[in-house]
Amino acid sequence: MTELNVAQALNRALDTALESDERVLLLGEDIGRTGGVFRITDGLHEKYGPDRVYDTPVAESGIVGAAFGLAIAGMRPVAELQFMGFSYPAYDQVINHVARIRNRSNHRFTAPLVIRIPFGGGIGAAEHHSESAEAIYAHIPGLKVVVPSTPHDAKGLLLAAIEDPDPVVFLEPIRSYRAVKEDVPEIYYTTTIGEVRVEREGEDITLISWGAMMKETRAAASMIEQEGGSVEVLDLHTLSPLDADGIVDSVNKTGRAIVIHEAPRTGGLGGEVAAIIQERCLYSLLGPVRRITGPDTIFPLKRSEGHYLPSVEQIVKTAMRALEE
Amino acid sequence: MYSLISPDGSVSDRLPLTLQQMKGLYADMVEARTYDRKSNAMQKQGRLATYASFEGQEAAQIGAAAALESDDWVAGTYRDAALMWRSGYPWRLLVAGRTGDERGGQPPGGVNVLPPSITVGGHMIHAVGLAWAEKLKGSSRVALTSFGDGATSEGDFHEAMNFAAVFSTPTIFFCQNNGFAISYPRHEQTKSESIAMKAAAYGMPGEQVDGNDIAAVVAAVSVAVERARKGDGPSLIEAVTYRIGPHTTSDDPGRYREESEAERWRERDPLLRVRRLFQNAGEWSEEWEAEMEARATERIEQAVAEAEALPVPRREEMFDRMYSEITAPLQRQLDGEQ
Repeated sequence: MTELNVAQALNRALDTALESDERVLLLGEDIGRTGGVFRITDGLHEKYGPDRVYDTPVAESGIVGAAFGLAIAGMRPVAELQFMGFSYPAYDQVINHVARIRNRSNHRFTAPLVIRIPFGGGIGAAEHHSESAEAIYAHIPGLKVVVPSTPHDAKGLLLAAIEDPDPVVFLEPIRSYRAVKEDVPEIYYTTTIGEVRVEREGEDITLISWGAMMKETRAAASMIEQEGGSVEVLDLHTLSPLDADGIVDSVNKTGRAIVIHEAPRTGGLGGEVAAIIQERCLYSLLGPVRRITGPDTIFPLKRSEGHYLPSVEQIVKTAMRALEE
Repeated sequence: MYSLISPDGSVSDRLPLTLQQMKGLYADMVEARTYDRKSNAMQKQGRLATYASFEGQEAAQIGAAAALESDDWVAGTYRDAALMWRSGYPWRLLVAGRTGDERGGQPPGGVNVLPPSITVGGHMIHAVGLAWAEKLKGSSRVALTSFGDGATSEGDFHEAMNFAAVFSTPTIFFCQNNGFAISYPRHEQTKSESIAMKAAAYGMPGEQVDGNDIAAVVAAVSVAVERARKGDGPSLIEAVTYRIGPHTTSDDPGRYREESEAERWRERDPLLRVRRLFQNAGEWSEEWEAEMEARATERIEQAVAEAEALPVPRREEMFDRMYSEITAPLQRQLDGEQ
């Protein structure tokens, strides 16, 4: 065991993958010599050389399209896009090719590749650097979309994504990169894709979140417990395919649910989660399913970030109201 | 522009192919044209979805495929049925695909031909990744990507050409400049004098070749293939040809071009000039041609019969081919549950 933050755990996962599978290679902008804009690939270029860890020209569509070809021909490429706001030029490749080749070729060709995308705000970055557009990836049939929120999960989930026979969009919550440390095993291990992670068990209310907002959700859960509420916390960590059974089991038990995400409200995944709950838990519900989300605005620049991001207080207040129902 | 056989069948240089090889390629072009005409007819009968004819482009497609080995990669477009077939993709699957059946997208094992790209230009970079993987694996396979003149205006063309050159992948960029991107003529598509000359900007060789001259196409693509196999990186070939038919069965070329233009190009037809070459050499007879056509028709009819005999896909197949294993949400949707 070593104490690592999320960024370090991701680095160890990539190191482990490169070490254990010679088909694995990394490609992206500035990921080699400088170790990536967030230093997630730090040291890997030196350790594995330029034939395993590639600095590429500045062309997101090219990176994903090339990774797609590499994957079809038997490699296990892990592509890095620098920020979610820069992933859109590659969206055509993702939606029209990566997600479709298995269907288009009736399983004859497959694209087992991983696209790593740092996402989310809260670090006072420039425009386009704070997006939470996970819903536009989770909406695409043929992709898997995962997002870790802890160092332990970061390593296990990334190794699972690289092993997965289908394409995985791997979202990395930027403000969680260096937020906390925990013990992470040095051995190879994977986390199951497609199952919610019950982070905390409780009886009265279910808080459902993922990625960076797990931090506020955890803090809120502790405060609600101090007020006497028993809180169950679910880290979705797989946004596609959604583990509906995991959500339903929890809400059938607690009878109350709040979904918390940073992404804009309309068309956000909170709506999908709420729909699943109302379809399958209606008779267990003691009150409406609530959403705490970013507003339908452009993610603001540094000085207004506090106006945008959901807060611990908001979650606590909403939960306390729900607990009265 | 590089050419070897003139429209009148005269040969300007020593051909890189034997007479026997030329006869084989001619037979392939006849078979491809038979498929193309049959497909057009079937579309009019409502038996096929929209069809994109390649009539006039047989030499470009058969020629490019003839320069490849049977396990090389091919990534082409919806207009590349002849290229795909000559690279090992069975006619019956090409027909099946056009009847609207995903099973047509599944070539047999060992045939490294991707199902056609319907979006324009996005597939060129795939041939960079495919070739890159072969290079890493230490194999001698190359990847050829075929696209039209219109696709060279897509940003994807730039990214693919640049990546291929930067990483020196064994990729052959094969452009069939057929004069039009639906209605938009080549001379408006780019101010470059040729498409081949764009290669220079990426640091790779580019060659313009008479795309209706099968010997010239085979020779030019072979040079690019050999270069790629040796580890010397990618090349761009521009095969100048002409789309005799409409863009697809939904198109009306009368809105944007004179029929006389197509007539002029018929005089430059890729099959006609090879027939003239045989005739000049005393190697052609009506019986031989008729036999060949009959054989081609028999094969295409057989392929059509097999494709049309495929049962309607079961509903679960649509769900089953999304992932390696069906996911829990998909299983519920398949089962008709909420």
